[in-house]
Amino acid sequence: MSLYTETITSLRSKLSAKEVSPREIVESLLKRIESVDPKIQGYLWMNAEEALQQADAADLSKPLGGIPIAIKDNLNVIGNPCTCASKILANYQALYDATVISKLREAGAILLGRTNMDEFAMGSSTENSSWGKTRNPWDIDRIPGGSSGGSAAVVGAHEAIASLGSDTGGSIRQPAALCGCVGMKPTYGRVSRYGLVAFASSLDQVGPFTKTIEDSALLTQVISGHDPRDNTSALQAAPDFLSDLKKGVKGMRLGVPKEYFVAGMDPQVEKGIRDAIQQLQSLGAEIVEVSLPHTEQATAVYYILATAEASANLARFDGVRYGHRASNPTDVLDLYGRSRAEGFGSEVKRRIILGTYVLSSGYYDAYYNRAQKVRQLITRDFTEAFKKCDAILTPTSPTAAFKIGEKSQDPLQMYLADIFTIAVNLAEVCGLSLPCGFTSEKLPIGLQIIGPKWGESAILRVGQAYEQSTSWHQQRPNL
Amino acid sequence: MEFEAVIGLEVHVQLKTNSKMFCSCKNEYGGTQNSHVCPVCLGMPGVLPVPNQEAVTKTIQTGLMLGCHIAPRCKFDRKNYFYPDQPKNYQISQFDQPLCEGGGVPLNLFAFPKDVQNDPQVNFNKVIRLTRIHLEEDVAKSFHYDTSSGIDFNRAGTPLMEIVSEADIATPEEAYAYLTALRQILVYGGVSDADMEKGQMRCDVNISIRPKGQIEFGTKCELKNLNTISGVRRSLHSEIARQIEVVSAGGEIRQETRRWDDAKGQTFLMRIKEKAHDYRYFPDPDLLPLRTDQGLFAEAQTRVPELPQAKIKRLQSDYGVTEYQAGVLASEIAFANYFESAAQPAKNKVLIANFLLNDYLATSPDLTAIPIPPNYFTEISELVDSAKINSKQAKEVFAEMIASNKAPTAIVKEKGLEQVTDMGALEKWCDEAIVANDKSVADYKSGKLGAINALKGYVMKMSKGKANPSVIDEILIKKLTS
Repeated sequence: MSLYTETITSLRSKLSAKEVSPREIVESLLKRIESVDPKIQGYLWMNAEEALQQADAADLSKPLGGIPIAIKDNLNVIGNPCTCASKILANYQALYDATVISKLREAGAILLGRTNMDEFAMGSSTENSSWGKTRNPWDIDRIPGGSSGGSAAVVGAHEAIASLGSDTGGSIRQPAALCGCVGMKPTYGRVSRYGLVAFASSLDQVGPFTKTIEDSALLTQVISGHDPRDNTSALQAAPDFLSDLKKGVKGMRLGVPKEYFVAGMDPQVEKGIRDAIQQLQSLGAEIVEVSLPHTEQATAVYYILATAEASANLARFDGVRYGHRASNPTDVLDLYGRSRAEGFGSEVKRRIILGTYVLSSGYYDAYYNRAQKVRQLITRDFTEAFKKCDAILTPTSPTAAFKIGEKSQDPLQMYLADIFTIAVNLAEVCGLSLPCGFTSEKLPIGLQIIGPKWGESAILRVGQAYEQSTSWHQQRPNL
Repeated sequence: MEFEAVIGLEVHVQLKTNSKMFCSCKNEYGGTQNSHVCPVCLGMPGVLPVPNQEAVTKTIQTGLMLGCHIAPRCKFDRKNYFYPDQPKNYQISQFDQPLCEGGGVPLNLFAFPKDVQNDPQVNFNKVIRLTRIHLEEDVAKSFHYDTSSGIDFNRAGTPLMEIVSEADIATPEEAYAYLTALRQILVYGGVSDADMEKGQMRCDVNISIRPKGQIEFGTKCELKNLNTISGVRRSLHSEIARQIEVVSAGGEIRQETRRWDDAKGQTFLMRIKEKAHDYRYFPDPDLLPLRTDQGLFAEAQTRVPELPQAKIKRLQSDYGVTEYQAGVLASEIAFANYFESAAQPAKNKVLIANFLLNDYLATSPDLTAIPIPPNYFTEISELVDSAKINSKQAKEVFAEMIASNKAPTAIVKEKGLEQVTDMGALEKWCDEAIVANDKSVADYKSGKLGAINALKGYVMKMSKGKANPSVIDEILIKKLTS
C-alpha cells in the first residue's frame, strides 16, 4: 500500500515506529499529485521544496509531527499566495499566518500546498474559481462540490492525507460528501477565524477534511481553542475529542428531522441515509423523530445574511493598498469601479449587489432584520430538537455530485445544493459529513451528523461507530 | 427682523490609550508615516478586530463625567462607505446603541471668551445638553499631491469618541464656552489631551438661523475645517451674518457643507447636500455585543475625578482664595494641582495664589508647564509672610527665581536680602535713633505723626536697609508713646 493512501493516525504510528520518514511521506504525495492532479486540478499552488524542508525539520514528538496538510486558498500562510481563487488577489502574498496555521505549525504539521475553491468561498461546485475547475475524483466529469472543492478532492483523490477548508453554509460538509471523505464544521466560535479571509463573518468556520473520523477528531483538536485575536472565538478550552471517540452509540438518542426527507431528494441518496440510520439503530442507538420547522426558510435567510456581511467584508478589495488595480484610473471612483469590475467574478458580484441591496435604507427591516429574527427561530428549532436527542442525522446533500456545467447557469438550483447544511451555520451548531454509501454510478453519498453547540465529541462518537461498522471509507476512486 | 441662531456641535475626540481601538498598534500622534500599522489597521484580508477595553472604559468615564446614561449593553456597527483613508471601506462605529446617551456640559464664566466675561446679557451657567457619545475608529490621513495622493495609516484605528450636542447653543460665545468647558472636563479626566491643533479634538458645526420667537428650525449648514476654539467662534459669527444677509435679501438657505477659511475670515461652499448618504449600517458580526455592566462600568466609576465646578468651590473653602482666583486656578487641572502642592504646606495660602495669578502669569501665559518647582512658591510666600523680605524685595526675588530657577531662600542669601528681625539689635537702634533726633521726637509727640519717618530712616541706615520696616514702626511707636 502506498503511503499517500494512509491516514494521519496510521502514518503517525509508522513515524513513531520509524518505519517511514516525513520526507518519504511528502515524496509519496508529490508523486501522487504529479500523476493525478492534472486530472483533478485540486491544487492551485505548491512549494515542493519547502514542504520537503519542513519534512526534514519535522518534530515527531508533536501530535501532527511529519504530517502534510493541504490548505484552502482563503487561509493566510505567510509568504504563500492567498488568492481566494479570485483575480482581485491574483498576485497577493499573505503577510501573516492565520491562527489555525500557527496551530498546525505548533503541532508539527507540514504545509503542503493551496487548494482550489469557489471565488471567496461563494459557490457549491468550485466552478466559480478564477483559476479553473476542480474535478470530482470519483468521476472527473463531475464537480467536487464547494466551496472547498479543492480541499475535498485532494483528500478524496489521496493527493493529501488531510486538508483544511472553511464552511459558511456547507462548504466543508457538502464537498466532503461528494468526494467521499470526512468533513467537519465545528461549532461557531470553536476555531479561530483570524486569518481566514471572511465571506460571512457570523457563519464562517474553519474545519478539516480527513479520510477517517479519528483523523477528523485529531485535526479538529489541533485547530480548536480560544484565540485572543478573534472576538467571536469562545473562551472555553476544547475537550479531548479523542477520549470519548470509541465509546459507541449504545444508549445515544439520534434525531431524524422529518423536514429533511422531502420530495426532490435523490432516491439513492435517501436510501443511503435510511440505511445508515438503520445501521446506527442496530448498533444500539435510539432513533427519535424530531422537527426543525424553519428548515424551509434557512436558504432564504442565509442568502440575505451571508450576502449582507459579504458586501462589507469584500469592500476592502478596492485596488488601493493591494490586489488588482485597474490601469490609469481617472479618479478614485474610476479606480474602485474598474478594479472591482475586473477583479471579481460574476457570482461574487451578484452576492455583493444582493447584500448591498438588503442593507439599503428602506429595505433593511424587510430583509436583514427579518432574516435575523428568523435566524433566531432556526436556532431555537435546534435547541428544542437537542432536548430530545444527542445528535441529528440528515443527508449532507440532496444529490450526489452533479455534472460540470449542470447547474452553473442557474444560481437558484446551485443554492439549493446546500439546503441540508445551511441551517447548521445559522444555528452556530456543529456538523460533520462522512461517507455512507454510493449511488449506482459509484458516486459517494454523505451522511450528515449534526450536534448541539460544543457537541463535537458526540457527533464524532456517532461517526466513529458508524464508520467502524462499514467499509465505505476504505473505498478508493479509480484514477 | 431679528434673528437667532441655533447651533449644535459634533465633537470628535481621540482617546488617550496605549494602543489603537481594534489592534495592538501604538496610538501615538506623529511618528514616521505608516510606522504604527499592522495587518489589522491596514485592513488586510483575513484580519479581525478586537476591542480595546481601555477605550471603552474611558468612553464610559467620559459619559459619567458628563452625566450621561451608560448603556449596560451595546454593540458596534459597520458604517459602509468607500474612501481611501478607510482601509476596510467600512468604519466600525456605533449606530443605534451608543455607549452613552443624554447628559450635558455645564458652562461657566471662565469658559467664556474674556471679552464677554463682564457682559450682563450672558447666561454663564447654561447647561448644553448632549444627545449621545459613541465610540468608533479614526480614519487614516490623506495627502494630496499634484498628480497623486498618499495615505498615512498611523492614525487609522485610533479610538475616537463622537460627542453630539443637542441644538442648545444660541451664540458663538456659547459654542466657545461649550468647547472650552468640554475640553476642560476631558483633560481633567485624563481621557484625552484634546489638543485641537494635533487633531485630538475636532469639531463639526451645524448652524441655522430663524426669526426670533419662531419654533421651527431653519435650514442648517455644516461648517468644516475648524481647528481652534476661537476659530469656531469667528466662523459662527461670519456664518450667522451670511445667513441673515441671505434671508434678509429674500433668499433661502440651502443645506450645504461650508469650509471655514480662518485667514480670510469667511466660510466657503464645499458641497451641496442633496440627499443623505446611505451608510447601510449593520451590527459588526466580528464583534460580540459589549457588556459594560461587567466590570467596565465599575472601573470607569473609580476614575471619575473632581470636576471643575467642584474644584472651584473646594479651592475657595480650603485655601481662602476668591471665586475668580479659584476659577482661573481650576481652568487647567495641571495649574490647580500646581497651586495645591505649593499652597498645602504654606501658612499664607492666598499669598501663593497672588504670586501665581499676578506675578507668574505676568511672565508667562502657560498654565500647564510652569518651569519651576511648586515648593519655590511655598518658600517665597513663607519669606514674605514671616517678614524676612519685604514686598519690594519679594518682586526682586521672584524675578530672579523665574530667570535662574534658583530657590528663593538661596537667592535671598546670595543677595544678602534677609531682613533683620533680631529684636535686641532693633531695640538698640531705635533707642539710638530717639536719642539722636530730639526734634523729630518732639514733633511726633506734638502730633506730627509723620515725623516718625525720620527715626525709621535712621534705623534703616544703621541696619543697612535690612531692618523690617513694620517691626521698626511697632517698636518706635511703643517707645515714643510710653
